[in-house]
Amino acid sequence: MAEVQVQENTKGGKKKPKKGDAHVDMTPMVDLMSLLITFFMLTAAFSKPKVMEIVLPEKIKKGEKVEPPKIAESRTLNVILGPNDKVYWYPGKADPEVTVLQETDFSATGIRKVLLDRNRALFRKIDDFQKKVISGEIEISQDSLRSAISQLKKDDDTGPIVLIKAYKTSKYKNFVDIIDEMSIVGIARYTVTDINWVEEKLVEKALGIAPVATTQTAK
Amino acid sequence: MPKIKLGAKSPRIDMTPMVDLFTLLLTFFILTATFRPQESAPVDTPFSVSEKPIMDANVMTVLIAKDKRVFFNIDNGPDTILKFRPKVLAEMGKRYNIEFNEAELRQFEKSGTAVGVPIQKMKEYLNTKNSDERRVLETGVPIDSTDNQLALWILFARQVNPAVQTMIKGDADLEFPVVREILSILQDKNVNRYSLVTNLRAVEVKEDEIAE
Repeated sequence: MAEVQVQENTKGGKKKPKKGDAHVDMTPMVDLMSLLITFFMLTAAFSKPKVMEIVLPEKIKKGEKVEPPKIAESRTLNVILGPNDKVYWYPGKADPEVTVLQETDFSATGIRKVLLDRNRALFRKIDDFQKKVISGEIEISQDSLRSAISQLKKDDDTGPIVLIKAYKTSKYKNFVDIIDEMSIVGIARYTVTDINWVEEKLVEKALGIAPVATTQTAK
Repeated sequence: MPKIKLGAKSPRIDMTPMVDLFTLLLTFFILTATFRPQESAPVDTPFSVSEKPIMDANVMTVLIAKDKRVFFNIDNGPDTILKFRPKVLAEMGKRYNIEFNEAELRQFEKSGTAVGVPIQKMKEYLNTKNSDERRVLETGVPIDSTDNQLALWILFARQVNPAVQTMIKGDADLEFPVVREILSILQDKNVNRYSLVTNLRAVEVKEDEIAE
């Protein structure tokens, strides 16, 4: 390894250090540097966390009289998050006598298929548009691509209006998952609302829990 | 026949290029390293397909830990001269008749860690040096309706920095009603747009799923 070389002058008895060719031992320096590099590499946070945006409707304050927006019953799809990664859904309006909750999950053939079946037209439109952009048929900047897609979503009037509700024992993870599904399938209209007692009872029925609370019905 | 004699020199490797490279790498890593303040409580964020990176400045974060403790954090703003953190703390102190001195405000500005103590204990918290003792004090920001300090933190953060955006960092295993409560506190303060902090997971919708 590199080291400081001290060469003796063989001629004569005098010891004379050779000029110029002094090698500095760099091993400790290299050692230290590799150590520091390793440290900084390992602590470097390359993958920044991501964020997912959601917008909730404005809360109606007490005393304010605002009619909740009317939506078509035929287009409404209610999705209820249940415990243990289960999802329940039913179309239209809840009727304690008639409505039966369909149970599904977060796999590709689960809730995504349900949503996709209803949102196929819009999904195709967005998908075709994106494919054209990728193949170079349409030249568009990243920003205007985003606004073009949101315009497609705005113009859509066939896709479902999804109401997301969460049963009290559902997990936050599932809430993120379902909003994820909305963006994967390209649902144009969805919102988060509170679960009502009819739906709560339906979930309990589906879970096999005997309805306990009578206070809920009083609401 | 003359023999070719190899010199008995010790083979020396020239390390200069290696050192050069190392220095370069080291400089790069030192300069790009960002030291994040220590997280008050471990939070496993859920996964999502969103690819939007986290914002660097003008952010207030509501952190909900696994044990349902709530933490609140804001940054100093895009410029350190702005000193948003001490300003918010001073406002908070005014509301509760607690006078924070210069050193305490400085300490709060520098630390960058999330607030996890009731404001009544804030003074004690800031003057505690031992991190274990600090941890004991971190019981979470009160969110019950009798003393909703989180709502006040949100209010003052938005007063001091009107451009602030809201991030919610919740643990994946949290029960949804806890998050719903936080959302409703935010909605009461007219904050309707949130960014949920997640980790990236790639998902693709396949052709045949559409065709069917």
